[in-house]
Amino acid sequence: MKIIKLIGLVLFMACLTSFVGVLFVGQYQFDYSKLSENPTEAEEYFYQNLLRLGTHAKDKFRMVDDIQSSIAAANRAINNKYAINENLQNKVDSAALSLMDAPFTTSFYEDLPLSKVQLQKLREYTTWMAGKKYSAEDLQNYLKQAINNFNSGIINTFGLDSYKAKELTTNTLKQSVTGLVARHPSLLFTLIFVFGAATALLYILPNLVLLGGPGIKNNGIFHNPMTSRKWLGILTGSLLITFYIILYWFPYYLVEWILITEPFAHWLSGGTSSQWFVYGLLYTLAVGVMGVRMLIKYRHSNYHLIRTLSVIFFQLAFAFIIPQLLAKNSLPAIDLKNMWPLDYSFFFDYRIDQMIEAGTIGYFMLGWGIVLFVVAVPVFTYLYGKRWYCSWVCGCGGLAETFGDPYRQLSDKSLRAWKIERWSIHLVLVFAVGMTALVLYSYFSGNATVLGLNSYTVRGWYGFLIGSVFAGVVGTGFYPLMGNRMWCRFGCPLAAYMGIIQRFKSRFRITTNGGQCISCGNCSTYCEQGIDVRSYAQKGENIVRASCVGCGVCAAVCPRGVLKLENGPEAGRIHGPIEISEKGIQVF
Amino acid sequence: MNHVVIIGNGISGISTARHIRKKSEARITVISSESEHFFSRTALMYIYMGHMKYEHTKPYEDWFWKKNRIDLVYNHVESVDFESKTLKMALGNALHYDTLVIATGSVPNKFEWPGQNLQGVQGLYSKQDLELMEQNSKNLKQAVVVGGGLIGIEMAEMLHSRNIHVTFLVRENSFWNSVLPAEESEMINKHIQSQHIDLRLGEELAEIVDDGSGKVAGIITKTGEKIDCGFVGLTVGVSPNIAFLKNTALDIDHGILINERQETNLPDVYAVGDCAQHRIPPTGRKAIEQIWYTGKLQGENCANNICGKQSSYQPGVFYNSAKFFDIEYQTYGNVAVPEPTGIASVFWQHNSGLQSIRVAYEIESRAVIGFNLLGIRYRHEVCEQWIRKRIPIEKVLKNLKKANFDPEFHKKYEHEVAQIFTAQIGTNKV
Repeated sequence: MKIIKLIGLVLFMACLTSFVGVLFVGQYQFDYSKLSENPTEAEEYFYQNLLRLGTHAKDKFRMVDDIQSSIAAANRAINNKYAINENLQNKVDSAALSLMDAPFTTSFYEDLPLSKVQLQKLREYTTWMAGKKYSAEDLQNYLKQAINNFNSGIINTFGLDSYKAKELTTNTLKQSVTGLVARHPSLLFTLIFVFGAATALLYILPNLVLLGGPGIKNNGIFHNPMTSRKWLGILTGSLLITFYIILYWFPYYLVEWILITEPFAHWLSGGTSSQWFVYGLLYTLAVGVMGVRMLIKYRHSNYHLIRTLSVIFFQLAFAFIIPQLLAKNSLPAIDLKNMWPLDYSFFFDYRIDQMIEAGTIGYFMLGWGIVLFVVAVPVFTYLYGKRWYCSWVCGCGGLAETFGDPYRQLSDKSLRAWKIERWSIHLVLVFAVGMTALVLYSYFSGNATVLGLNSYTVRGWYGFLIGSVFAGVVGTGFYPLMGNRMWCRFGCPLAAYMGIIQRFKSRFRITTNGGQCISCGNCSTYCEQGIDVRSYAQKGENIVRASCVGCGVCAAVCPRGVLKLENGPEAGRIHGPIEISEKGIQVF
Repeated sequence: MNHVVIIGNGISGISTARHIRKKSEARITVISSESEHFFSRTALMYIYMGHMKYEHTKPYEDWFWKKNRIDLVYNHVESVDFESKTLKMALGNALHYDTLVIATGSVPNKFEWPGQNLQGVQGLYSKQDLELMEQNSKNLKQAVVVGGGLIGIEMAEMLHSRNIHVTFLVRENSFWNSVLPAEESEMINKHIQSQHIDLRLGEELAEIVDDGSGKVAGIITKTGEKIDCGFVGLTVGVSPNIAFLKNTALDIDHGILINERQETNLPDVYAVGDCAQHRIPPTGRKAIEQIWYTGKLQGENCANNICGKQSSYQPGVFYNSAKFFDIEYQTYGNVAVPEPTGIASVFWQHNSGLQSIRVAYEIESRAVIGFNLLGIRYRHEVCEQWIRKRIPIEKVLKNLKKANFDPEFHKKYEHEVAQIFTAQIGTNKV
């Protein structure tokens, strides 16, 4: 069995190495004929520039350099073409002087050599000034502002903004891949993904025998460099962090992965692959494979068996397959178990429009998404605690409870960490609610700026800081460094919302079994949320904490049968320490 | 201001300190030469097995002590002068006290076996013992554990977790059969064997063999068998750690003799926990009880009396728990071995041999008096109430599910217990 495990490990490492290796072996050759049939003006500039840089084979970094300099060149060309230049600006200035004391009208521009677009936009920007009188200086300033507005919007309107540039870089690079990856994507998919998952299972399945009979198997966790924040854990964490940074901000370096998964994506949904498809696939495999590990490790506990099967199911069906099928049927490809405010873009204009355009099913999706957080959250959290979602349904929770299980003991149990947690998670909730309110106000009023805040800027910052940095880079990248629930504990706005209900209005609690606690500390050590469970258990107090996700591991690792997750009457749920005496067990 | 000095920072000493602080402004000093901070002795095995690190076994963060004005002194008390109320310390000046609490715990027993002081022979009680065990078991292949009690089986599990082959010598004919009834004891025997531990029942240690360099080479049993090993764990019980108090005015027997208020024969001197021996033990209790929660209760009791609130030690209905490899054990009330006349019990066992339920009751009065659980968790409060209120067995079995404390979705077997009982009644076996 040990040999099988070792073979599994060696083969899996080989798959992992090839997986990373394919990113570095390819040559890239720009092929004009493979490009989109209806390029925009900016894209046309871009292609011309790229052609000028040569269609010979290049390595990846050179190719990315060429693409990005071509994008910059295209944007310069667009800017030259559309911008109001200094010369023109001077003419506007002198025209403003000549207006003298007459009130401003938008016909002001007619004698100036402005292009049609320039004329139209400047009129738009200055309509509000019509009919008012200005001093020459004021007028010059206002007009300068309007011109600046116009100039700074050129790239967004006609050029390649950062979003389009990222997409164009990825697509161009993807189409330029030559060699093995381009010729045999299906073969590589089988070798890397299918074989990779199979070899990982080969490494995990022998645990059935090697770990001994059912029971808690935590031997050697703090001796293992992977699970005790030693070199292997630090290395793994660094790789995960690097992966997330590339995924979010430099996805074009991952084009080989996108290519390899293309045939599978096509088979599944008829569509193409993207970095998000690759990420979804990796995520689902991680939950599935490490879910099997979880099932073996906790096979003595039905609670853990059922819960683990549940997160695997929700990840596979709801997060991965159903959205693909929806896309196949030209419906909004949403994850029906994800909900606002965790799904922070649920109320973004393009998402709402997409759902409304989808007709009846789209309206259902919109309604469903609202019912989830308005009705389901309070009702289920009241009945069962937030665990119904956090450790049974949620995708972030699903990954934490499977892929992240080996790192649960690394969470910080100190009082200081608890204090930070309460501030940070509730601030994120406030941020999420405020950001969504701004976005919805903009949606209904058509006005992008509220109280001096641009809702697009605010939502951009939320997406960057919370959606990408916190939930992704820190949330998962830090698993081997600070435990598997960093995001859920310190950042998730949905967890914050459910936590408030769980703390104040719920039937859920972890019951402490009288005086049986021996203060050993296993419960606190293995609490992924960093709750000092022991501090309650040793006093005989029930544990009622906003952050508890009900994973049930404290109860499982307790060697004295002290803890039990329960739903019960609210009366007496929270109580002080107990006293044991001749008169029996008394609660204070 | 009253200066209370507590010798020992285990659960008993620390409970005393915490409860004094809750009730008074007295100056509190806790002295220990074992560790700077309080840690949970029960968790030592988990440090060795890699489940936890030492820092995880500390129930309070290090700032706790300063915040609660409990002075911690990392030093060793060599002797006590009860006349002048001073403690002679291993390092530095003598320390004066107004009130002294002795909470020095236990030391592992040794029974004058030849070779018992060889390198590689040790007991397991203190943090130092654990550190020694870490050294002694480096590159170890073969170990012998002597003594079939709770520490013995823990030590076997610890060594086993490091892939060290363990021979486990148990003097009795079945594991821990002075406490466990025959059926439960047999289940544990089988479970130990299923872990590939070489369990030797009815076997005793005769001598430990030197390898010529002062290290252990093996042991010889009373039946003359020689077993090679590089490590011998001696876990044949513990005794009060009171050697430094011999030949003083303090009244001692096996332990420091105390009354129900934790008072010794000397004024302002108290004793709590493993090192204390009750002159008149509470009903159904031993004079010296080395149990975690009794240390806690005695500490609180002691604090009450020091702070002028007269109280007496009332541990209530007996309970305890343990874990034998993967099998958890809980007990409530009195399940005596052997079953006394007038007492009967209903016993259910799962086919796996990993779970069992026993409910003991008085045949005449029908009152339930005790529960033994293996691999199943029961609620302390419920069992305690049934026992204290002497609820009849029939009623208890009808409501047995209420006592179950297993995690959600675990299979419940209480109806099978009731069926067995009905069958027993039907065949008049009781």
